[in-house]
Amino acid sequence: MYSHGSESLIKQARDIQEAELKKFYRRLAKLLQGKELGHEAMDSLQRLHLILSATKFTRTLPAELQKGLLPLLSSPVEQLQLLSSAVLRETLPLSGEELNYTQEDVLQLNSHTAALLLSQAGSRADLSSLCAQLLRSLESRQSDGPTHSLMQTLPILNTIITHSPECLTEDHLTLLSKKIVDWLRYASITQGGGASSGGFFTGPRSRQPVPTAELDGTVSGDFFTVLCVGQGFTDDQWMNVYSFSMLRHWLLTYHSVPSGSTIADAASPANRPQLSFSLSHSHSFSNDDRSEVDGSVVSMVSATSSSSRLLPPKERLREKAFQYCLRLIEQSDRKALKRTDTELQKACLVEAVCILDCVCVEDTSLVYRTFPCVKALFGRLSSDLTFARVLLPIAQFYLNHGEMAAVDCESVWKLVFGRFPAELFNSPFLAHELLRFLRLNLESLQLRVPEYTRSFPNLLKFLAWDSPAVVDDFVDLLPSLVTAETAVELLHTMLDLPCLSATLLLQLRSTCSPISEPGGRGLLSLDAFRSASLRGLFLYLLRTEAGSGDTIDRLSTLHELLAEAADWPRVVQCAQTVPVLLHIFFSAVVMIADEKLSAHLILVMLERSSLLLNIPTYIKEIHRVFSCHLLRLCKLRPSLVVDQSHELLEFAGTTANVYSKDEIYTHVVWALGEYLSVSSDSRCSVRLITSCFEALEAVLFEITSSAPPPGAACPVPRVITTLMSALAKLASRSHDLIPRVSLFLSKLRTVTRGGSVAWCTDEEDLVAIVMRGEELWSLLKTPGVAQSVLTPPPHVTTPQWHRDTNLSMPLQLRTLTSLTHTQ
Amino acid sequence: MVRCFLIHTVCPVSALSAGESRLLFSRVFGPDEGVLTEQHRGLGPEERRLLRREKTAVVARQVRSAVSLSREASGRPPVEAVPGEEALALQEAGSGAVRLRAGDPFPEEMSALWLAVQSLGFTLVCEPHENLPLAEGTLRNLTRHCLEHLHMLGPGSEVLLRSDRVDALLSRLLPHGQLLFLNHRFAQSLEKEVAAYMAK
Repeated sequence: MYSHGSESLIKQARDIQEAELKKFYRRLAKLLQGKELGHEAMDSLQRLHLILSATKFTRTLPAELQKGLLPLLSSPVEQLQLLSSAVLRETLPLSGEELNYTQEDVLQLNSHTAALLLSQAGSRADLSSLCAQLLRSLESRQSDGPTHSLMQTLPILNTIITHSPECLTEDHLTLLSKKIVDWLRYASITQGGGASSGGFFTGPRSRQPVPTAELDGTVSGDFFTVLCVGQGFTDDQWMNVYSFSMLRHWLLTYHSVPSGSTIADAASPANRPQLSFSLSHSHSFSNDDRSEVDGSVVSMVSATSSSSRLLPPKERLREKAFQYCLRLIEQSDRKALKRTDTELQKACLVEAVCILDCVCVEDTSLVYRTFPCVKALFGRLSSDLTFARVLLPIAQFYLNHGEMAAVDCESVWKLVFGRFPAELFNSPFLAHELLRFLRLNLESLQLRVPEYTRSFPNLLKFLAWDSPAVVDDFVDLLPSLVTAETAVELLHTMLDLPCLSATLLLQLRSTCSPISEPGGRGLLSLDAFRSASLRGLFLYLLRTEAGSGDTIDRLSTLHELLAEAADWPRVVQCAQTVPVLLHIFFSAVVMIADEKLSAHLILVMLERSSLLLNIPTYIKEIHRVFSCHLLRLCKLRPSLVVDQSHELLEFAGTTANVYSKDEIYTHVVWALGEYLSVSSDSRCSVRLITSCFEALEAVLFEITSSAPPPGAACPVPRVITTLMSALAKLASRSHDLIPRVSLFLSKLRTVTRGGSVAWCTDEEDLVAIVMRGEELWSLLKTPGVAQSVLTPPPHVTTPQWHRDTNLSMPLQLRTLTSLTHTQ
Repeated sequence: MVRCFLIHTVCPVSALSAGESRLLFSRVFGPDEGVLTEQHRGLGPEERRLLRREKTAVVARQVRSAVSLSREASGRPPVEAVPGEEALALQEAGSGAVRLRAGDPFPEEMSALWLAVQSLGFTLVCEPHENLPLAEGTLRNLTRHCLEHLHMLGPGSEVLLRSDRVDALLSRLLPHGQLLFLNHRFAQSLEKEVAAYMAK
């Protein structure tokens, strides 16, 4: 598809020489002067466009050429309009030569010129004047004017109000509201384009206007909507489509303030039409109000509405929008004959529910009229997963108005948090929309939907399946899923996310492929997934709700079964996102964790450090995250170290950990050395300090007396220095231990003087270790000093200088001086 | 509203570094948002155009990376469709949505919907409140027309030399970035106009 040819074309366009370019401009300018513009001119224009758009730096065209291009904007040949507009959009307008349009020109404003005007608009004023011109032409339009210019009015206005809603004045809003009401509700219901029901021999007299049809072929019985078809369409039917296409945006932009909230609105409440009669002055009697002539139209939906004729334009639009949406919902129940129309019906349902939500927010009295319809729609669609994307706006509606209408929303949440993640985790658009829905309504959900925080095993399936696409959403959502009750289970779930990823793959594979692959290379994990005895392990991962246990006992078995999944791309991608999310998890949990939970988390970290799916860099990364947060928890609550000393000592006393988990080991030892003291926790006894000392001493002896066990690398130098420092710190608190440390350190010095050692291959590292040993040894020679250096009292580690009697005086004086001296 | 429609590479391009994407067609709709924000008011039209280009380049890069990760994850070998098999190419095309955070690169949050057909990606950047099912359908339709009318499955470079055709297509099916609710009859009528244009 993308060939060398294309690449070289772009290169040529970017690298074109100045001289050649000038020649090209001159030739083109001359061509454009001719009467008839043939193929050569077209090709040249296209080449010009390529040259201009190939580079991000703007090229200015010579004035002569620009002047030659401007008239093409109103050429009868569309290709010329298009090309000139595209070219002019890629270059700078001639200074002073703004595209000022006079009254006549506006009526012929074609789509491509409008695009140019929009892209060149330099200020809000430009946009406002364009708006004003468009609306003037709309107002004064002859009925036989060009259709195209009418049809693109609404899209142009829509794009302007996206960026600058104030461009439309009050009058404009009124005019447009009325027009949109006409187009939406009172478009003709007969087919356009001269369609007739007559046969070959019928004359003009017997040509009956044919009514439009529904998508399933039956004749339309109500007003025209986007879901009506015909052989041809009239202008106002086209405008019906354009109006509906921008309706939601219009309502969001201009109707988002609920009525009754301002003083002006209080005077004309929308739900009391008889009062508003006086305020709508001439609106109901104006000539362009087509509702005067609609008396003969049978309308099922509008029959139930109040006499909306008497409402001011804004409220009337709201009422008509409401009716339109109800009709769309009814029409979407029909079985469309074409597949693309079925897809359109779904899109219409989404739009209709969103608009209903919008108008109900604006006028809460509409909720009672709307809810039965929405509820019925939910009932109709809830069992069909192909309508999942339609059910999300319905869920939003329930969330916004369910409480007010006192409707039970449980079945909605069961679907959104239950079935959707469990069965549709692999549909990218649903994932995108569902996670967006969660993000936008986070506060509301946390308040009103208790299922939300318990549903993380299910929600994380989106992450496990397609991490790169949704990790950004989870960065925002994860903190809200962290609660004190479920934090531990959440931690376990996140650590096993790669396993979940593999399991989801197995689940899909299991449903797609045959039970036994004849003579084929069956997957060990797939067999395990299908086997009755091991299935429970996988089912735990696939659970939909939290609360049935933090994790399973046979986790190591599960990891073994999934060992072959460690290089599946999806699993690897998932593993790459876990460390980042763990950081977010810990940052969130630190805010809500009490002593007990913090202790539990530390234990989980120690336990899981050896219980992870064996993906090469995954284990290392997780260890790094653990180290960081273990330290953080200990720093926040130093008494945890004394509290959990038994488990921490068990970890630190296991020599194997030095080799397999050096990062965590280093941090655990450091924490022990730092916080196992009376100043952290008064329960710390001499006996505890001694037993810790002995455990660490034993390990240090072991790793520095012989070569590392077969298969392991030398211990990381930092482990050794940390052990030494920790021993020194502990000794400084219990002085009878000092001789033991000093002895060890001097022995170390002797041994290393003899040259290389088996446990350290790098000379520089060895020097560093020895140096540290010497520092500690000389420090320990004066126990008092050692104590204050290695176990500083709290007022040194958490200084509050202004309180310190020695330091506060100079500080105060300095402050006073700077306040009083005017320098 | 749709902010922009892009056609760009999602395969490695020799002249570019690994993650970069070559933009073959880019159309930004509506007025330049820089004109109306406080931040960029001091910029001239040239700088604004540069900023616009940089923004679309950022979007293309993000989609490129999303496409390559998605393809890597699915592990399916790419289907090589030939001219005439546009429907097959479309059916096999990967699709997804990228969340563009506020500020990266547009001031508000946006959703970039993408369709990846072999070495090219077709991207629609929509405002988040937009009707995404409709946007997805429109994107598919646009892609199908582009593939057919510009013979994109072949080795030609019509997308570069006949970009006016894409503009003509956009002016009918996505006028000024407006997504349209078109049933098959309305769509047929517009497609007839498009076909008439392409025939010239």
